Amino acid sequence: MDFALLAFFVFATAAVLSAGAVISVRNPVHAALFLVLTFFSVACGWILAGAEFLGIALVLVYVGAVMVLFLFVVMMLDIDVAPLREGFVRYLPIGLLVAFAMLAEILLLIGVQARMAVPFGIDGAEAAGVPNTQWLARTMFTEFLLPFEVAAVILTVAVIAAVMLTLRRRVGVKHQNPLEQGRARAADRVRMVRMQAERPAAADRQDGEEG
Amino acid sequence: MMELLGNGLSLGHYLALGAVLFCISVAGIFINRKNVIVLLMCIELLLLAVNINFVAFSRELGDAAGQVFVFFILTVAAAEAAIGLAILVTLFRNRHTINVADIDTLKG
Repeated sequence: MDFALLAFFVFATAAVLSAGAVISVRNPVHAALFLVLTFFSVACGWILAGAEFLGIALVLVYVGAVMVLFLFVVMMLDIDVAPLREGFVRYLPIGLLVAFAMLAEILLLIGVQARMAVPFGIDGAEAAGVPNTQWLARTMFTEFLLPFEVAAVILTVAVIAAVMLTLRRRVGVKHQNPLEQGRARAADRVRMVRMQAERPAAADRQDGEEG
Repeated sequence: MMELLGNGLSLGHYLALGAVLFCISVAGIFINRKNVIVLLMCIELLLLAVNINFVAFSRELGDAAGQVFVFFILTVAAAEAAIGLAILVTLFRNRHTINVADIDTLKG
């Protein structure tokens, strides 16, 4: 058993245990934090497999952005956890039964024992003589350029959709309307009136005293 | 015991890890079927399990397409999480609950 395998078992154990904690802890904040640990352990496992860029991207994108978003939402909503736990014990046996049956079937189907016998060959990036990020980027920006652009569009649409969903128009609150402000012309603000010039009243009186 | 665990990092290890995480998250969907937040977390975990398989096969076959696909799955998962949480916030604002059992307006 070499060091990489030993490290893999450490990370895999951490990932599985924290994934179990995600679905079983009572407090959603703790669940989100355990999910962070799961993602981090899996990212370490990916780096062991040579997928360095994806490992870092998983930590940055998921732990850094998505899980923080989860934590924000969980802490923002004032949730009463007790009614949400109803049925936890009731559905536990069937959940475990389905999970274990599925796990046994998957492991049987993919022949894990036989697959474990043959270690990984040489890494694709290493064979090409370039770092993993460069190897990935060459494929992504040549063969997968159009899907890459589509992914950018998907993210933009998601941002707009999320903003539109959560935007709340409050009534009775004074706020600026940028559209109106931008459209405003000088004529709307100042009205020029044509009239005869008038002498100020004070000047009139002064003239009278002198005269 | 040593033979059971294999003699080097291999495809089987990653497939087994992916399968275990997948089954844990399916069990999570079963037992947490009232809490929308934990359901969303379970979906994230499901996608992660699938991504593990992609990375493992990419390494095994020496093909970058697998890792590129993981990148796209991460993109879509991030979009899904953002919209899902936005719907959740809107739901909580309007109904003051995130209990799935209380959201039955369409049932009539």
